[in-house]
Amino acid sequence: MVLKMEKTKYMNPYLAGFLLGLLLLLTIFITGRGLGASGAVKSFVMSGTEVVAPAHVENSEYYQEYYETHGDNPLKSWLVFEVIGALLGAFLSGLISNRLNLTLEKSPAIKSGTRIAAAMIGGALFGFGSQLGRGCTSGAALSGMAIFSTGGILTMLSIFGGAYLFAYFFRKLWLTK
Amino acid sequence: MGPLVPDIIGNELNFIVAFLIGIGFGFILEQAGFSTSKKLVGLFYGYDFTVLRVFFTAGITAMIGVLIMDHFHLINMDLVYINPLFLWSAIVGGVIMGIGFVIGGFCPGTSICAAAIGKIDAMYFVLGSAIGVFIFIEGYPLFEGLYLASNFGSPQIFDTLGMSQGLFAFVMVAVAVSAFYFVTKIENKVNKGEKVCVTKSKILLPIGAFALLIGLSAMFIPPHKEHIENIYEKADVETYQFQKMSVDELAARIINGDKTLQLIDVRTVDEFKEFALPNAINADYTRFLNKEWQRVFNTKGKENLIYGNDEKSAVIAALAAKDIGYGNIIILEGGLESFQEDILKFEMPSEVKDKNKFDTYRFRVEAAKALPAIIEASKPKVIVQESKRVLGGC
Repeated sequence: MVLKMEKTKYMNPYLAGFLLGLLLLLTIFITGRGLGASGAVKSFVMSGTEVVAPAHVENSEYYQEYYETHGDNPLKSWLVFEVIGALLGAFLSGLISNRLNLTLEKSPAIKSGTRIAAAMIGGALFGFGSQLGRGCTSGAALSGMAIFSTGGILTMLSIFGGAYLFAYFFRKLWLTK
Repeated sequence: MGPLVPDIIGNELNFIVAFLIGIGFGFILEQAGFSTSKKLVGLFYGYDFTVLRVFFTAGITAMIGVLIMDHFHLINMDLVYINPLFLWSAIVGGVIMGIGFVIGGFCPGTSICAAAIGKIDAMYFVLGSAIGVFIFIEGYPLFEGLYLASNFGSPQIFDTLGMSQGLFAFVMVAVAVSAFYFVTKIENKVNKGEKVCVTKSKILLPIGAFALLIGLSAMFIPPHKEHIENIYEKADVETYQFQKMSVDELAARIINGDKTLQLIDVRTVDEFKEFALPNAINADYTRFLNKEWQRVFNTKGKENLIYGNDEKSAVIAALAAKDIGYGNIIILEGGLESFQEDILKFEMPSEVKDKNKFDTYRFRVEAAKALPAIIEASKPKVIVQESKRVLGGC
């Protein structure tokens, strides 16, 4: 079924959700933890900083604490391997559904530069927030909900609540009218 | 049984598992349409609720699955990572992420998938998120106060709200199904009749009804742990007959250094530390589901003798063990009180008529002499160390 899809057709959202739920369940059953994404970004940032500024890392309390709880190599983390897999999985999905395309997607009402700036700023806020909130939409919201975590569910409500609260102010980035 | 890591799947193999799971994760997100920011933010402007549909369906599917696996003892939730609750960082961090979502159009997971199929905006989002993470790490001393404020441990939502796990799951399913109905209405209105989700209501209605049914039945599947904790409420406690061992037989086997007997002491840790039988293991029966106890109970060629202060406390613990499926269980007749009274503090009555009893009594006198030294020599006592939770989160 998937193979026969045309370019713009996506999987039925309920089916996709069901499959994602099963995958998450399998993940919890096998590993005792949920899915995630922002943790891998952190691993890459940390090991990047290690290479560029080893002396700084040596003196940083944050890094030293991380090494104590997570081991010496930030890249040797479950989420890093998972995210590398996700890159490949998404690529394969794009390949079979004929969606591989180097494009800058944006509303026709805004300039490319605006979209790039918005993506960078949005990313920075999300990255920062995910560290403060101990997880993003995957690690805190979705995985937290599956295991009934109060912390995860509160983070989820805050993410979506925050987005709804501020959506009006950024409508020009997305809506043409 | 679960989680399979680290006992069945080693930590190295777990990385390969992570990679494979990641492939599935990326594939599903991309197939669902999460690789385009237009579709993702549609949720916040009412023109496309795909995110809500996928997210909620995935959430309740996994949640109900966890409930069922927990009930049937397929997974030990005590070992699963539960995201901790730090009240203020969760709220402030969440709202910042929400703002990032409407400005950037992605979240970290979806931006990675979108970048993988060539979305340039997503690549900038990934770069931006790395910068955001970097700012947090470098500025950590500034944010530490907020980051660590109001730590409530790792509570679960049904405890926070004071309802049963099953009821919460049902409420979530009901909320999800009604949300699906209403967002479709909103979507059609915003898009002026142009449908985003083309699934026919003829198909969706029975699926929705089925989901509600599952959610409803979830209310009646309590977590296994809760069942074990409440086992003393079972009528069986008064009537259930376990194989019993007399205090005399126990005394004889201890004196003979019998290695086939494994003593499980179900009194409190303090009582245990003060006095316990030789080589006994202290146990809290509500923890019997844990792997460590699986190992203890399933030791080959050993009988498991459970004792408490009285016989009833041993019966409760034995019922819990039996419920989990542990075998070879014997309980101590009369409990430790009887052992103290009839063996350790035994004194020969001045007149004994029954000859059989006389032999028993003579043995008890000897045992009362021999045992204190054996008990003293068998210290230190064993307290089972339990495994720790998996370290998870982002």
